[in-house]
This record gives sequence, C-alpha cells and structure tokens, in this order.
Amino acid sequence: MTQAQIEAKGRDAVPEAPADPVFRLDDVHVSYGRFLALRGVDLEIGRNEITAFIGPSGCGKSTLIRCLNRMNDLIPGAKVEGRITYHGQDLYGDDVDPVEVRRRIGMVFQKPNPFPKSIFDNVAFGPKVVGMRPGSMDELVERSLRGAALWDEVKDKLKQNALSLSGGQQQRLCIARAIAVSPDVILMDEPCSALDPVSTGRIEELMEQLKLDYTIVIVTHNMQQAGRISDRTAFFTAEAAEGSGDRTGLLVEYDRTDTVFTQPADPRTEAYVTGRFG
Amino acid sequence: MTTSASAADLAPSSLRRGATRSGARILVDAAFSALLFVGTIVGVVALATLLWTIVDDGWARLVADPAAFLTSYVSRLPARAGIKAALAGSAYLMVLTALFCFPVGVGAAIYLEEFAPRNRVTNFVESNISNLAGVPSVVYGLLGLGIFARFLRMGPSLLAGALTLAVMSLPVIIVAAREAIRAVPESIRLGAYALGATRWQTVRRQVLPAAMPGTLTGTILALSRAIGETAPLLVIGLPIVIFSLPNDLRDPVSALPLLIFDWTSRPQPAFAQAAAAASIVLLALLLAMNAVAIYLRNRYTIRW
Amino acid sequence: MSIARRRSRTGERVIIGGLFACAVLSIAVTVGIVAVLVVDAVEFFRESSLVEFLTGTVWAPGQGSGEGGQYGVLPLINGTLMIGVGATVVGLPLGVLTAIYLSEYASPRVRGLLKPTLEILAGIPTVIVGYFALQFVTPSLLRPIFGEDRVFIFNAAAGAIAVGLMILPIIASISEDAMRSVPASLREAAYGLGSTKRQVSLRVVVPAALSGIAASVILAFSRAVGETMAVTIAAGNSPKMTLDFFTSIQTLTASIAQTVSGEASAGTVRYNALFALGLTLFVITLAMNLVSARIVRRFRQVYS
Repeated sequence: MTQAQIEAKGRDAVPEAPADPVFRLDDVHVSYGRFLALRGVDLEIGRNEITAFIGPSGCGKSTLIRCLNRMNDLIPGAKVEGRITYHGQDLYGDDVDPVEVRRRIGMVFQKPNPFPKSIFDNVAFGPKVVGMRPGSMDELVERSLRGAALWDEVKDKLKQNALSLSGGQQQRLCIARAIAVSPDVILMDEPCSALDPVSTGRIEELMEQLKLDYTIVIVTHNMQQAGRISDRTAFFTAEAAEGSGDRTGLLVEYDRTDTVFTQPADPRTEAYVTGRFG
Repeated sequence: MTTSASAADLAPSSLRRGATRSGARILVDAAFSALLFVGTIVGVVALATLLWTIVDDGWARLVADPAAFLTSYVSRLPARAGIKAALAGSAYLMVLTALFCFPVGVGAAIYLEEFAPRNRVTNFVESNISNLAGVPSVVYGLLGLGIFARFLRMGPSLLAGALTLAVMSLPVIIVAAREAIRAVPESIRLGAYALGATRWQTVRRQVLPAAMPGTLTGTILALSRAIGETAPLLVIGLPIVIFSLPNDLRDPVSALPLLIFDWTSRPQPAFAQAAAAASIVLLALLLAMNAVAIYLRNRYTIRW
Repeated sequence: MSIARRRSRTGERVIIGGLFACAVLSIAVTVGIVAVLVVDAVEFFRESSLVEFLTGTVWAPGQGSGEGGQYGVLPLINGTLMIGVGATVVGLPLGVLTAIYLSEYASPRVRGLLKPTLEILAGIPTVIVGYFALQFVTPSLLRPIFGEDRVFIFNAAAGAIAVGLMILPIIASISEDAMRSVPASLREAAYGLGSTKRQVSLRVVVPAALSGIAASVILAFSRAVGETMAVTIAAGNSPKMTLDFFTSIQTLTASIAQTVSGEASAGTVRYNALFALGLTLFVITLAMNLVSARIVRRFRQVYS
C-alpha cells in the first residue's frame, strides 16, 4: 500500500490509543502443557475498531485470539497466565462462565462450518441455545442475514440446507449466525483464507459495516487485507528461547495500521511488511 | 488406514509375457491365482449351497399353505405345525429389546465420546465394553437365567428374554453409536461452542441428530443379529410348545430360532421341512431388516 | 456490558449423570456375569470335586437332579477343541486366501460384490447353519465321500465345517484390513524389483500383515469355542475323549444347551454344573479375546 492510498482512507481518524478499550491484555503468556506458545503480550483492543493480528505462521496469533473467547479452554493442557480483562472484568475470574463469555464474544472460523441444517435453523440456533426469546424469530433471522449481507441471496430458500451454499455464502452465513446472538465482539480467525478473491472482497466490505456495531479482531495471513481494512495492527513473530528448539510467539509491535505499514518502529516489522520475510 | 487405490493397480503389466518370468514362474503364478480363486469361491459356493438347501427343503412346505403355516401354533403333527407363536414372540422380543438397549447404548456412547475425561476409569469402561462384545451368547443366556429368570424372579418370560438380548446387544450398539458420533466433524462442535452453547446443548442439537442415521443403522443390524440368536433364549428356558401369544411382560414367549432348533432336532423328515420353511421366514425377516438399515444409511448419512 | 456470571445448569448435570450411569451399566453387566457364574459354580464345586472336574474323563450327569453323576470336563474340552481346531483348519486357509484375493487381486467391482457376500455369510443365524450341516454336509458330502459306516449321523466334522464357514468372514475381513494397511511403498519397492503379484502377496504383504492375521485367527477361534447351536445340532451330544472327527462328540456349549433342555431345577447339582461349564467357557474365551486385542494393538502401533 502506498502512502497516498493510506492517507486517502482517512486513517488519521484513528486515535493514537484505543479510546474505550474492550480488552486489556497484561503480560499474557499461553502454554500448552510444557510448550510456551506465546509470551509477554500487552495490548488493548479498541471498541468499534478492527484490530488485525498479523505475522508468520506459528507465532501464536490464533492462540491469542482464542484466549479472548476462552475457546482455548477446550484444549486439554492449555494454560493462560497474566491478565485479560473484558470491559474491566477479569475474563478468567473464578466466577466467570466460559459459556457466557462466548455468547458475548463470537467467533468466525477459517473454514466455514455451517451446521448441516437449514439456513434458517443455522441462524436461529444461537438465540435458541442462549435463551433469547425474541418477539419474532423470523425477524431476528432476517435482521442477522441482512447484517451479513446475505439476505437477498437466500431469502427465498431459508429452508434449504446450508451446505448447498457456496463457500463465500457459507462464511457470510457463519457471520449471520454469530451476530444473531447480539455479541459485543466478533473474533475472526483467518475468515477469508479458504475463499476466493471475490468472496473475500465482499466479506471485507461487510466488515467495514460490521465495525459500526461490533468490535472486530481478525487474524490474517494476508498483509494487504490487514492494511486495507484494519484500524490497528499487531505484528507477532516467533523466536526460540536460548538453549531450546521450540519457538515462542511474541508481540513485536502494536500501533495504528498506517503507522505499522509505513513507519514501523521495529526492524522485524519492517522486514515483514515490506515482504522481505514471512 | 486403507489406501484408496487398489493394490491391484500397482502391478505393472509385463511388456511381453514371459519377458522377465521363466516358464516355471509363470506356472506358479497361475497356480496361485487359481488357488486364490478357488479359496474365495468356496465361501461363496458354500453360502449359495446353504441357501439353496434351505429353500429347496422348505419352499414346498411354505407355499403349500403359507397362511396356515404363519398362523398356526405348533403341533405334534408336522403337517399341522405352524410358527405363529414363535414368529409373534420374535417380533415382541425384538421391539422390547430395542426399547431397552437403544437408549442405554446411545447414552453410554454419548457419555464416552463427549463427556468422559481421558483417565483410567474411562479406559477401564471402554476395555470392559470391548470384552463384553466377545462373550459367547450362551454365557449371556446363563446371566439371564441366573439373574433375570431366577434371582429377579422374572421366570422364562418376555421380559427376561428381552433384557437378556438387550444386554447382549449393548456392546455392539455402543460401538456403532460411537463411530457415528465420532464421524461428526469437530468444526461443528466448535461452531456451536463459539455461539455460547453448552456441551450438552451442542450434543443434543447438533452432534446427535447428525449421528442418528449411522446410529440407527448400527442398531438395526445389532437387532437383526439378536433375533437370530437361539442359545440365550434356550438357556433362560423360553418355551417351544406354547399355544398363546403374550399379553403381559411376564408371560412366557417363544421365538423363531428356538422353534427351528426344535424341529431340526426331530428325526421325522417332515419336521425337517418345517424347519427349513421356518428358516426361510427367518431369513426373509433378516433380509428386510438389513435392507432397511442399508437404505437408512445410504439415504440419510450426511456427506461432510 | 453486563457481567459474565455462571449460570446454574443443574438440569444438564442431571442429564450428564444419567449418561454416565448408562456407561457404567456395562460394568454392572460384567459384574453380573462374573457373579452369576462364580456363585453357582462354587456351589457346584462344593458338591462335586474340582479335581475330578478338571481331570476326569467322563461327563455323565446321570438322571434327575444329577447327584452321583460323573463330572469330568475333559471330554467336553476335547470336543470343544476338536471343533475349534477343525473350524480353524477350514476357516483359516479359506479366509486368508479370500483376504489376499480381496486385497491384492480383486477389482473394485468384484470387491463390491464379494464383501457383502461375506457379510451375508456372517449374518446367517447359527441354527440355520446347523440345519445345513445336519441335512446337507453330513448326508450329501461327508457320507458319500467317506462312507456311511465311517461317518456317524452326528459328527464333529460337520460341526467343524459349519463353524468354519461362520468364522471365515471374520478371518477374511480382519486379515484383509491388515493387508490393506500395509503401506503401498512396500509393495512398490517389490514390484520395482520385478516381483510378480504372487511374490509380493506372499513375501511382502502377508508377512507384514501377519500380526493382524494372527489376531483374526485367535478371535475366530474364540468365536468357534463359544458357538452353540450349530454344534449342538450337527455334532451330537456324546461327550467322549476321541480324535475321530467322524464320530459324535459334545462341546462345552452343547452340554449347556442339552442340560437346560432337560430337567434342571434350581439348586441341583445338574443346574449348578451349568455354571461351572459357563465359567470355564467364559475364562477360555476371555483369555483368547484379550490376547487377540493385545496383538491388534501392537500391530496398529507399527503402522500408525
């Protein structure tokens, strides 16, 4: 991305530090058994912003994002140290229910994973299980599908099996499904990497809309994507500790996206964003 | 575990027959192929001969008066004997057995696949189930005799018979249900958890429905095995001579394989024919059940 | 945003508890089997000597309650082993040949026909196979070939052939799985050196799959030992120490079947003998199943 393109996007509107942080991470370490996957992460995720985690494979981006909705709890042996607060509350506090957490912090996965049910039932599943009692489920489903820019394409075939949709449509269905439970945050773990460029573009457009209502954190391998859509970017890398062969992920730099891409502070960041490695 | 290409595809065809193989070698190869063919065909021929024997011996007896055969009770006179009590008994047993072992088997499978922690207790339960699958059916009969019929005072009844068959079929159903549950991709579960569903909600609303076709298929196959079993029912003491249908769970009940056993054991050739005719009915019943199971599997299994 | 608070989900906990109970029920079954066998077998050994049981060569329960009868189990073990070994002699070569053919030689179309055929063979109820052995194998096969005065009406050979046919699918199926699991790279190496299909099959595939084949044989042998109806019908009810396959014998299982068919009131020696036999059978088959399972586990490790 050229300097001109970035400035044209009016990215100066992004404040220097997140004004109203949704998440605060203090010295967060994540390990799986004896393997330290990620160390010493400090950052704040801003409200109604799109924050991108970028970096080469194996540096803990997916691990970190899964800590934000406690999906890591499902992996035996996973341990999170340090402090993660969500709107000021300790996300890993003793009285915190991971199921409640996931209701407020939704996730879209790399490979679209719609349920083998109808389109309608896919969207309605979330509200049903979390105990929402909407006045009209039909309206809720329509709103969610509109919110995912999918309504016009499926409004006549809501009862059709979701697996019959194309890859891009399935992923938008997964987004609709996620927003149906009125989350606060949407986490996206490489949501476009299994999709073709056209579908990717549509989802990127969608994300610009979504950030008005939700806070979005996205992991992406696609640097250009991060540059295009995110407000803030966190660059990670992996380094081996002395004497050990295992590489542990760490946060190198975290700043406004235009800064990271045009005036990175760390030489490793610069090497990555200019394509010299990774 | 299996390679998708048949091993047969890997053999290169020789450029010219005999180019690399000596005459003796070719002969040995051919002899071996012939041996394989014979070895394989023996099993097929044996099956065909068996089916032919049954049909040949029993067809005339069956079609002479099928209605009478199906609706008469047993008799000392082979010409008048029918399978009414036995056939009805087998049907009742099958339904009741299913009622007992399906929920318990599926419940156990769900627990082991979705909720059980990976520890020694779980491993012990799993290996115990594997061992139970290999216990001879006659030993299950002794269990039924000692505990259901005698200790719990059910006597040789429909209830005791069904419980015994249910206990015997349990390991098979658990294995089938577990496989079906395992076939549901993890991504579906993750998608549900990420929406704020609990483990049980995920199992009940996503995993179990998706696993149902495979589970039902396995259950029907297990039941069709149970219906052909004689030994457990013989040991419990279910009657062969009975002139009424059961009204109550504690009533005695007969079963088709028991009747076939009894008739086969009699010296009169006419009873042998009757046994063969009853065998045709039993085989037809099994065929129908297996056909339903296969239909279910082909039509409703989700292709992920 | 509101606080994330733990929702009480007692309803779910109850359900999961119920599922756990289903899984643990399997333990109850095993306990039940062992209890019923041991308790009544101990009763038996109180009245009849254990030493005589294990070393006596006559099994003659006598009339009525069975008191004063002779209870040496060796003739029954003899009969059981004859059937087991005989069935393996029939089933092993045929099963392995079929497995080699299916794995290395057969086209997908032939496989598609053969495998269901084997499953059908495996699914034939044992009473019907017994009928086949009595009404066809003995009169139309064994007697014409070996002479009517040599071959009894009830004979061990017919029983062995019947059971052999029943275990053939087990050996074929498991051995075929083992052979298909042999990595293609091993075959390719041999073919690349100019081996024929026969040489690859016999020198590379079968040796590599040997533990799987061995496991299948032990499992099949265990099945043969536990088989009741076919041998009761075809092999006779005469316990004797013999190696003559053309005479009638009695197996452990047939003895159980015979005892329940007669007069066996609870508490009598005759009744308790049932459980002593059952315990013997259970121990033998359990031991074999455990050995087979251990071999399977070891062979899976080699290739995973």
